[in-house]
Amino acid sequence: MSYLYNTPDDQAAMLKSIGVDSIEELFSTIPEDLRLRRDLNLPPQMGELELTQHLSALAAKNASPATHACFLGGGSYDHFIPAAVDALASRGEFYTSYTPYQPEVSQGNLQAMFEYQTLICDLTGMDLSNASLYDGGSALAEAVIMALNTGKRGEKVVVLGSVHPEYRQILQTYFADLGIEIVEIACPDGIADLVKVEASVNADTNCVIVQSPNFFGGIEDVAAIAEIAHKNDAVVIQSFDPISLGLLKRPGDLGADIAVAEGHSLGSPMQYGGPYLGIMACNDQFVRRLPGRIVGQTEDRRGKRCWVLTLQTREQHIRREKATSNICTNQGLFALRASIYLSLLGPGGLRQAATLCTQKAHYAQQTLTEIDRLEPVFGGSPFFKEFVLRDTQGNVEGLLAEAREAGFLGGVPLGQFFPEMDDCFLVCVTEKRTKAEIDALTRTFSLCHTGGSTIHA
Amino acid sequence: MRNQQATQLLSELSHPGRVAVHWPPCDVPEQPIEDIIPSNFLADEAPKLPELTEGEVVRHYTNLSTKNMSVDTHYYPLGSCTMKYNPKRNERLASLPGIVDLHPYQDQSTIQGMLQLLYELQGIFSEISGLPACSLQPAAGAHGELTALMAAAKYFKSIGEDRKVVLAPDSSHGTNPASAQMAGFKAVSIKSDPNGGVDMDDFRKKLTDDIAVLMITNPSTLGLFEKNMREIADAVHEKGGLIYLDGANMNAILGIARPGDFGADMMHYNPHKTFSGPHGGGGPGAGPICVTEKLKPFLPSPIVEKDGDRYKLDFDRPDSIGRVRSFFGNTGVLVRAYCYILSHGPEGLREVSENAVLNANYLLSKVKHFLPVPRGERCMHEFVASASELKKERGITAMDIGKRLLDYGFHAPTVYFPLTIPEAIMIEPTETESKETLDAFVQTLFKITEEDAELLHEAPHTTPISRPNEVQAARSPCLRADFCSS
Repeated sequence: MSYLYNTPDDQAAMLKSIGVDSIEELFSTIPEDLRLRRDLNLPPQMGELELTQHLSALAAKNASPATHACFLGGGSYDHFIPAAVDALASRGEFYTSYTPYQPEVSQGNLQAMFEYQTLICDLTGMDLSNASLYDGGSALAEAVIMALNTGKRGEKVVVLGSVHPEYRQILQTYFADLGIEIVEIACPDGIADLVKVEASVNADTNCVIVQSPNFFGGIEDVAAIAEIAHKNDAVVIQSFDPISLGLLKRPGDLGADIAVAEGHSLGSPMQYGGPYLGIMACNDQFVRRLPGRIVGQTEDRRGKRCWVLTLQTREQHIRREKATSNICTNQGLFALRASIYLSLLGPGGLRQAATLCTQKAHYAQQTLTEIDRLEPVFGGSPFFKEFVLRDTQGNVEGLLAEAREAGFLGGVPLGQFFPEMDDCFLVCVTEKRTKAEIDALTRTFSLCHTGGSTIHA
Repeated sequence: MRNQQATQLLSELSHPGRVAVHWPPCDVPEQPIEDIIPSNFLADEAPKLPELTEGEVVRHYTNLSTKNMSVDTHYYPLGSCTMKYNPKRNERLASLPGIVDLHPYQDQSTIQGMLQLLYELQGIFSEISGLPACSLQPAAGAHGELTALMAAAKYFKSIGEDRKVVLAPDSSHGTNPASAQMAGFKAVSIKSDPNGGVDMDDFRKKLTDDIAVLMITNPSTLGLFEKNMREIADAVHEKGGLIYLDGANMNAILGIARPGDFGADMMHYNPHKTFSGPHGGGGPGAGPICVTEKLKPFLPSPIVEKDGDRYKLDFDRPDSIGRVRSFFGNTGVLVRAYCYILSHGPEGLREVSENAVLNANYLLSKVKHFLPVPRGERCMHEFVASASELKKERGITAMDIGKRLLDYGFHAPTVYFPLTIPEAIMIEPTETESKETLDAFVQTLFKITEEDAELLHEAPHTTPISRPNEVQAARSPCLRADFCSS
């Protein structure tokens, strides 16, 4: 095998030094009855060329932005990635390096992570950021753990129904059996009803979770929700879209105490859902309760500015069962990509990206809803880059299948998340989509002849 | 020769008016932003980000990268982390169009190739582990632990049992007790015996009727195969408990022994260790888990199933714990693992473990002559030496030795872990190193033990920075540029 070094001569010399006759002897500590006495039943070894052909064949069975214009969103987005991001992040010194536990030989990564934390603070308007978590969904669960463990508050977790359904499922998984009550506020209008929020939040509330822009693309009145929460001494957790902050007020300006996000949009590919970038930023009060890695600035023995992993007493490798979280990694490479992306865009570039998304999304919503068959679902609410459409003929599957035939990934069917919305789908428009693509999708939908009689699969 | 100018902080390099990215003009009819988004939602200005040209960004990050050690440039004898070579073909293949750019909500008819890969990988992981069911969803090893423990909790609930205790040896990774705690269990530590195995007396004492799970790392963090594994597993099973195997050390036993065959009911893999996923400077990894058939209903959804010649995502799993992260999982890492496993085949994987164990024992046979290895003459893929005698005699610590190695161009081994060995130096050579490298490493290590103590306390001397003041970093945290909280 090409990655092994030991020739038979090497092996013989090493065995001699060890004082055994065979490699087999080295495994004699494994009791005989626990050994596998056959070959693993796995596909046979492939050389690089065969493997490349095999993977290329698998890739060819998938539709991708190369073959289809992608109008899918819902937490994963087809944003543009500048070449410099790939060029820099594919340097072996970055991607084959280890967690920076030896700061003297990891200053590159440590400074990059420190800069990531700085950029995230500037982006969100929050006091501090960790060096990233797994993804946007699990970051939200970690934010709730942090809220539950900080200060003396109630025990109830209030979450809006407009928060990403998968994120809400994660909360159920993490907390359902721990006796923590999760109160979901339904959002039939695609946006929070402040009267309902007011009625659901009280002295027993530990934290209130709002996503803005929310799962349907709608922009929530976070400031008003935060006010209600703070009146009841509850922590405000906002899940946000980093690209939207080119235009929208930052979580820190709206009163969020903890801000979390799926950050893959900042320069990382969609990768069928992962690995992604869990962003977490918060106010100073949480500094000793933050989960995950944190980089801090200090000086070396010669007085030179440098960076280290710090506040490690929060972490599992020191505190074991008393740790703030069991997390023992971050998404270093994707935090790096996000930093490079934000450095390349700068304030103007981010603002333009956000503006392009919102202009194109609004144009798409307008043209698509001019089709008889389609109507806007939450038409009156402001949205950022995603919106919901209803197929009045009730055949979303058929409609989207025809779009696929024509070279479009036309939207995410919502019935899978909300049974009452099985005639609806979510459309997302990023800066990558052109007017020509939007117009072509509109034409495709308007010519669609799959009626509503098809049986749902 | 270092370019100090380019490695200033981004905020220091920033120059108003510079831009790197030029977006195309808006090609749809534009509306005034205030007409589409109410002004109270709009920021007055864009966030304060650095303003740089592309060339400056490239020079900044390229220069930063040269301040890192990495597998591509250096040897990492880093115990418990399996810092093996990261094959370039895996990077290329994981970046293929049609692999790297798939949206997680694409219709399943448009991702049959990806689903096939993931389905095959589930089967491969099951075959290597001897555990028939697999979830690819967890995002990291610790996340896999948490997920499996949640599944265990739900399993016990389903059979009407209230079990609260999770046992883990004191030599285990800190994630074990932390995960147990997060999953709602009470973590109880078991002592190690003088040989680094589970102390059977302590184990029997702590094995109560309300045991839920015993978490065990086998081979252990000391690089030893637990000789009482069968007895331990039988005793736990007899009490109605489950065995969780921390798969951090799978690199020692690929195709040689399977956790499912030696008593495990659940385990996680670390594909970024065993299956060559690059560590990325601290992530991403992944933490796929394999479990027995009776635990399968409780795994997170979805799981990839095969239906005739179609692959499909199965969400219809009423007993599932639900989800532990968004979307499918860390697919990009999993694709690399798949490529790695196919590059080896069954025989090749076995050779990986054989050579990993050979390299470790070879190092051990050399190192033990000048640094005591408290737990044995033999090891699996790694071993733990101790600097405690050196410390007593000359004041030289494990930390000093690790730091001095940096001067000689070797990454430090893992130090002060496991906690059961004083002044621990945990060495894992991996199979992707040559005898010449191992010899050079041993010679250097020996030389260091002979060096002047003062020189070692001050080490490293040749790295971009000397030892940082970590106490100051923790006492008065400065966690972002231009802003230091008190």
